Amino acid sequence: MDEMKVLDLLSLYPRASVTDLADILGEKEEDVEKAKKNLEEKKIICGYHTVINWDKTNIDHVDAFIGIAAKPERGRGYDKIAERIARFPEVSSLYLTSGSSEFLLNINAKTMREVADFVGEKLAPLEGVSSTVTMFVLKKYKVNGVTMEIKTDIDDDRLPVSA
Amino acid sequence: MLDYGKLISDKAEKMRPSGIRRFFDLVAEMPECISLGVGEPDFQTPWDIRDAAIHSLEVGRTKYTANAGLKELRTEICAWLKRKYNLEYHEDETLVTVGGSEAIDLAIRALVEEGDEVIIPEPCFVCYDPITTLTGGVVVPVATSEENEFRVTAEQIRNAITPKTKILVLGYPNNPTGAVLRHEDLEAIAEVLKGTNVIVLSDEIYSELNYAGKHESIASIEGMRERTIVVNGFSKTYSMTGWRLGYAVGPKPIIAAMIKIHQSCIMSAPTTSQYAAITALKDCDDDIEYMRKQYDMRRQYCGRKLNEMGLHTFEPKGAFYLFPNITSSGMSSDEFCEQLLQRKHVAIIPGNAFGACGEGYARISYAYSIDHLREAMKRIQEFLYEIKEEKNHG
Repeated sequence: MDEMKVLDLLSLYPRASVTDLADILGEKEEDVEKAKKNLEEKKIICGYHTVINWDKTNIDHVDAFIGIAAKPERGRGYDKIAERIARFPEVSSLYLTSGSSEFLLNINAKTMREVADFVGEKLAPLEGVSSTVTMFVLKKYKVNGVTMEIKTDIDDDRLPVSA
Repeated sequence: MLDYGKLISDKAEKMRPSGIRRFFDLVAEMPECISLGVGEPDFQTPWDIRDAAIHSLEVGRTKYTANAGLKELRTEICAWLKRKYNLEYHEDETLVTVGGSEAIDLAIRALVEEGDEVIIPEPCFVCYDPITTLTGGVVVPVATSEENEFRVTAEQIRNAITPKTKILVLGYPNNPTGAVLRHEDLEAIAEVLKGTNVIVLSDEIYSELNYAGKHESIASIEGMRERTIVVNGFSKTYSMTGWRLGYAVGPKPIIAAMIKIHQSCIMSAPTTSQYAAITALKDCDDDIEYMRKQYDMRRQYCGRKLNEMGLHTFEPKGAFYLFPNITSSGMSSDEFCEQLLQRKHVAIIPGNAFGACGEGYARISYAYSIDHLREAMKRIQEFLYEIKEEKNHG
């Protein structure tokens, strides 16, 4: 079966079970299961994540973006230093970017102190890192395509019946 | 007290309330029902289009436009029709209207004299008949059939043409059946029409929702441009129903006559919508493709489900409707839809609301999220099971 059909559907309905997917696509469950597994093994599907608005809980949570100016290594470019940064569990995403700094990373921590400690004690001292700029997230409006706190579009307000 | 019955014109008085209207009233009493009854897309208008409209208001574009519509918009419409369907039109053969409906109204009013005949293949969109009748024309319905995938045939048209025939309406991709005409159908129809004075009113509002291939306009068939008015618009293609914007292109003398009527009753189509539409035509091909893909998935899903549960449903190649044959239930279209609504709270439209030959069918719109459709399909299946059980026991 066409794996891309499974991918298209999962991009819209990430929580759909294999049974749901098979039902919607009109395919056998085992075929859908196999296609899904293939996509996962090929790392086309890299994970399934829950988008959480921590501000609505009592749990302490601080997000920050950190720009990192770094020097590439001969023969390996930025990959080695990226590996080192990515290893920290606090780092939730890491990108090599164009612009004023080389890396942009997203960090999830409990407190501002934790972020400061991470930057001062772990990140800045890394070999190859020449400077960092930390931007604390004050309010989240949209994460992974999901809006928070604001409403971008109203619910379906079509007439129930029309020509 | 005035006797309003005597004041209302005979023609208005005789207009039948559409079958859809009757069903609308039934559904209105049941706000919690799951509806599959809409004739409009579920997607929001793409943001770029809305943004263009907001910008036009910010800079104060709040006045009338030229009667025929903004020149820039007409230029873009012509470029779009060329790019999409290889149609060659000039700005002065283009009229921007208040939805495709106004373009249909104008075309009929510009051409039809008292007693002129208008051939209307059915089942079809509900406005062709009342507008023709109001204009003094005579409706000549032509029944299409499931066996022929609801495609009107050249033979049927040949048989329906008389010396009084003025217009042939072609509404493909079709609401409510989802039928599309093939190249050979268009060629054959063109062969019948060449040498006659019959004008084709080709309502192509669903042209971008074609799942079998690329839409082909009858105006692109050799010899047809001079006898065709093409109606299209933004409602279905760009999910812009509430913006009320459509257009007609056709031979200059006909468009000029339509503009005369338009400038008396409308003046010019909504200015904000016109500015938004320029962006739609120039920048939103990806949005069309995204929506088409979603519809296609839902179409395949619902079509398969309906057939599996025993409602024979021909595979529609266009628009966003399915037209299942409900005769296996032993009920009429009205009974079937009313029972389904009362017992399972699912609203679909009786096929006969779209012409007498729609009896025995029902229109299901799949312009809904897949979750909504799955719940509705589950309920329809339960309904069919229940009526079958009742028949067996009773």
